[in-house]
Amino acid sequence: MITEPNKNLRQFQQVIEIIERNNHDRARLIPILQQIQDAYRFLPPQVLTYVATALDMPVAEVYGVATFYAHFSLEAKGKYVVKVCDGTACHVKGSSKLLDALYKKLRLNPEKHTTDDMMFTIEAVSCLGACGLAPVMVVNEKVYGEVNSKRCDEIINAIVELESQPEAVNE
Amino acid sequence: METMITTDLNEIKQKYNEAAAHIFKRIVVCAGTGCIANGALAVHKALEKAIEDAGMQLFTEVVLDRHDCREIQITGSGCQGFCAQGPLVNILPDETMYVKVKPEDAAEIVEKSILHTEVIDRLMYVNPVTGEHNKGQLDIPFYKRQNRLVLGECGHVDPENIREYIAHSGYQAAFKAYTQMADVEICEEIIASGLRGRGGGGFPTGRKWQLTRVEQSEKKYVICNGDEGDPGAFMDRSLMEGNPHRVLEGMMIAARAIGADEAYVYVRLEYPLAVKRMRKAIEDAMDAGVLGENVFGSGQNMHIHVMEGAGAFVCGEETALMASIEGKRGMPMPKPPFPAQKGLFGKPTVINNVETLAAVPLIIRNGASWFNQYGTVGSKGTKTFALTGHVANTGLIEVPFGTTLREIVYNIGGGVTDDDGKVTGEGFKAVQIGGPSGGCLTEEDLDLPLDYDNLIAKGAMVGSGGLVVMNKQSCMVQIARFFMNFTQSESCGKCVPCREGTKQMLALLDDIIEGRATMETFELLEEVGKVVKLASLCGLGKTAPSPVLSTIVKFKDEYLEHINDKRCRTNNCKALRSISIDAEKCIGCTACARKCPVGAISGEKKQLHVIDPEVCTKCGVCFEVCKFDAVLGFN
Repeated sequence: MITEPNKNLRQFQQVIEIIERNNHDRARLIPILQQIQDAYRFLPPQVLTYVATALDMPVAEVYGVATFYAHFSLEAKGKYVVKVCDGTACHVKGSSKLLDALYKKLRLNPEKHTTDDMMFTIEAVSCLGACGLAPVMVVNEKVYGEVNSKRCDEIINAIVELESQPEAVNE
Repeated sequence: METMITTDLNEIKQKYNEAAAHIFKRIVVCAGTGCIANGALAVHKALEKAIEDAGMQLFTEVVLDRHDCREIQITGSGCQGFCAQGPLVNILPDETMYVKVKPEDAAEIVEKSILHTEVIDRLMYVNPVTGEHNKGQLDIPFYKRQNRLVLGECGHVDPENIREYIAHSGYQAAFKAYTQMADVEICEEIIASGLRGRGGGGFPTGRKWQLTRVEQSEKKYVICNGDEGDPGAFMDRSLMEGNPHRVLEGMMIAARAIGADEAYVYVRLEYPLAVKRMRKAIEDAMDAGVLGENVFGSGQNMHIHVMEGAGAFVCGEETALMASIEGKRGMPMPKPPFPAQKGLFGKPTVINNVETLAAVPLIIRNGASWFNQYGTVGSKGTKTFALTGHVANTGLIEVPFGTTLREIVYNIGGGVTDDDGKVTGEGFKAVQIGGPSGGCLTEEDLDLPLDYDNLIAKGAMVGSGGLVVMNKQSCMVQIARFFMNFTQSESCGKCVPCREGTKQMLALLDDIIEGRATMETFELLEEVGKVVKLASLCGLGKTAPSPVLSTIVKFKDEYLEHINDKRCRTNNCKALRSISIDAEKCIGCTACARKCPVGAISGEKKQLHVIDPEVCTKCGVCFEVCKFDAVLGFN
């Protein structure tokens, strides 16, 4: 649950625009939720209720779709979403060791995915289709191939350093 | 919007080829997901800069009415397949291919290989076994031994430029289908070609079309299934990224054959580049008048939409995929009714895999008999495979059906590698084919001609075509558990056998891996597997036990070792490891004893240290800190 919805969340303007862009079409529920998640980085419960009302469908149905698909998150994610591929090729090339190293480094575990400062979220994901480069790690949109624990360390450190600079531009 | 007529296609092709003939050098930088991850975009930029620095004229697109000499074209391409060696740079017409190119190599490449024809030795592909240097696709064994038909233009054309596709005879087949062939003729041609679905099922494509064609309905749909969820497979991604227009053309022909005017491409959200390229291809095809109203003056319309998935493996199942397009939870429905009768939004629908549709334009253009000269009696044509795992040349390959595993692993793949990536003479253990629905092939199957029927007989399947090579360091029980874990978490929960059965199978496998199993566990695992296979609603559940059942047959010894001897021969199963300290190597530095989080190691300074197995949690810290490789049991 979100304890303190930020100002942005109270404003449904973006949601209204997204629903209108999709012609209030119920068949477009998945694209609508995707676009909302792009805007908010997750699906706040209030927004789901709003979408259900706007599309004139039961909240349960919207909630059902939002919880069915792995891409949708009902919890806020960190600024950097680190996806570790656990496809077959990555698995046989040691992706679980990589995941363990990440959990250790960011003091997270399979139950706790996001750091307290909302900077990093770790996700083990199914195949990203870059099997030729196994093991693969993706930070937001950037793909890193043949990542070992050392390289992973460097990647995370670089982000931490970038973020600690005062002039760091927020996206 | 103007409608494109045949002369336009031919005119574009002719003019393009005339202009292209004047190109002095064409540089193709691979811009597939793999190469981009390895830094291909920076290489592309550096090459552009180096060419400009050399005072050469540079352009990115062939300008139709310009025939200047000594021009250099640089373009990105889709996946060229040789992902392990990326970034790849291909120089034409010299047919020189450079591998693992870095931005700092750009100036030298331009000076030696662009302005002149010198080949740079250190950027050439080196055969890991023979040490031989290969110049390009014509002599690198990885390419030389393939038959790239469906992947043909992939890696050669700029996927974001429709004219390049047209110049390679693109959309000629769609033109033929819309203006010269009756719907029934198209279906018959595809039936005659012997094309079967490339998504796993292997159902004859032409028959599927025929069944949909005869349905009476004013609205029908075509769906291209690009929800390639099998871990270890990326053929469809590469096709959509590398040659999106070919996929669109296949969809157009399918639509013409069944009488549909609307189609969807359902792409996994994990493939953002494929989504982008498919969207651009549709826009360009609309602008060019290939798609839209009154296609090729035939009076028929054709519109294609891209639908991005939201992360559910089960949506690769056709009825679940359609539910997902309709905005619902992606849960499968019992069949019948089949999509041919009642599909998307209740209308007759043809749903085909990306690779299937990409083969269609070739069949219409070159004829069924051209296509069915490739392959075996029951499996015609070629198949793309994603070759990954412990093999030297990981990447995307295409071979005719009937090719043996030996040819793929050793000749195209360059041999099996050890955990450090070195090619070793022995070390081959198994190939997992068909992902979570498939099974394992072992040494005795190396000379089996791969096709739909032979693989089914071996308890595996073509699936979508993931080929994961495993060396002797891979624990087969762990592999079975890996797939079980995958299908268990992707089970949609609609039917009981799959929802509960996969969960129980996973728990039984955990018992084996963690040393709690008895023979009863083993028998129960097999029994539950057979029930899940028989009683599940959709393909996901029906095939979910395959990785387990297949490894039980092929690697029974290994299961029994885990169960009876509490031993894993590959040392992958943490709970079964027996950790000890090598008396010869230990010098008594005390590093391990100091770092052990549970105090399981005892020993005096300069004396042999000992691990107490009762206390040890097998965490591996001692192994990491020992500078003398004295801790045994972790490698």
